[in-house]
Amino acid sequence: MRGPTPSQTVGPYFTMRIGAEGENVLTTPETVGERIRVEGFVYDGDRKHIEDALIELWQANAAGRYQHPADDRDDAPVDSAFSGFGRCASDFKTGAYSFLTIKPGPVPHPNGRLQAPHISLIIQARGMLDPTYTRVYFSDEADANAADPVLATVPADRRGTLIAVRVEDGDGSVATYRFDIRYQGDDETVFFDV
Amino acid sequence: MSVVYTPRAHADHPPFLYSDYKGTRKRSPTMPLIPLVQTLSEVTGPGPLWSELSEDDADLTTNAGTGGEAIGQRSIITGRVLDDNGAPIPDALIEIWQANSCGRYMHWREVDFPAPLDPNFLGVGQCRTNADGAYRFLTVKPGPYPWGNHHNAWRPAHIHFSLLGPALTTRLVTQMYFPDDPLFEFDPIFQAVPPHARDRLISTYDHEITTPNWALGYRWDIVLRGPLATPDS
Repeated sequence: MRGPTPSQTVGPYFTMRIGAEGENVLTTPETVGERIRVEGFVYDGDRKHIEDALIELWQANAAGRYQHPADDRDDAPVDSAFSGFGRCASDFKTGAYSFLTIKPGPVPHPNGRLQAPHISLIIQARGMLDPTYTRVYFSDEADANAADPVLATVPADRRGTLIAVRVEDGDGSVATYRFDIRYQGDDETVFFDV
Repeated sequence: MSVVYTPRAHADHPPFLYSDYKGTRKRSPTMPLIPLVQTLSEVTGPGPLWSELSEDDADLTTNAGTGGEAIGQRSIITGRVLDDNGAPIPDALIEIWQANSCGRYMHWREVDFPAPLDPNFLGVGQCRTNADGAYRFLTVKPGPYPWGNHHNAWRPAHIHFSLLGPALTTRLVTQMYFPDDPLFEFDPIFQAVPPHARDRLISTYDHEITTPNWALGYRWDIVLRGPLATPDS
């Protein structure tokens, strides 16, 4: 039996196939939940924008349910107008990325407690031989964050790198959260061994 | 939640930092990864739904839609997607992208390499695995191409593979290579893979797949992480 197939970099040309315009919009008019925008920049060790990153997003729906066979709970409904998956190629000039989605509901932890609302991200780019996994939590969920069993495993002085900060936006129709992803340095984003 | 996936086998993957590949120097994390107990967030993922929504587009020799055919050595790339227990993985979405037979990508950022574009070749395709975990593409063999990592750097011929498997934990983006490429020893992206695992990225020429008077055949199986335990069963 062969072992796992090794990872290789996604390279600079993945947008030929992946991350087309629109793949970062998860909502339709029928989607249930509070509309939010999650946006930010990806920075390298010199704090230069990473202009060719692929950011993939996976999250539960507003009821905290994943549209996936492994989530077969009866107490949270599937939203047929919400897949929970999005992809965004960072902007070549500015390094910015953004997703239009909904605020996820809380999802249980295997220990029986609820996890705070969160979004999973996978980041890949030229110069990255392996994917990095992180999580986005929300600054206006302080109580839930304080009780979150995953955040509790992160050193307290690094937890802030996982909290998306709610910011004022233009017309107020969509709550906007800023979440930057940083490689290297004292404020490096927490990445998980997923 | 009835499934947990095997831990990521870091020793079988490249390190984040591999200095000979210059791009990794400023784009690699430096602090240790934080261990994460797998939750519903990790054992679910987009693969099953996304593959259901995606139609096969697996003939890259004609899918430019021009009515013409791509120039190059017609090549069948086929194999199975398995988990590390050897079980087939059905309904995985495989997306691929590659250079044309001259080594040129049809991408707006590719401006330095004066090799011709092929109007009949986009270099992208997708398919999903069947009940046996099998997939199959028809394409043309990509050419090697130069890049700026070091003096006279050339990438071995390769096809980029993206797999959305059953869970977030099984996400894989990798590159498939062709047998006996003389550029392997000069390529830091390939060399970054631990030596014992490098051959897992190299397809095998298979005369049983080769089609008379039509196309050469290559076999390449892909192994993703599988279930660690199923307490319910």
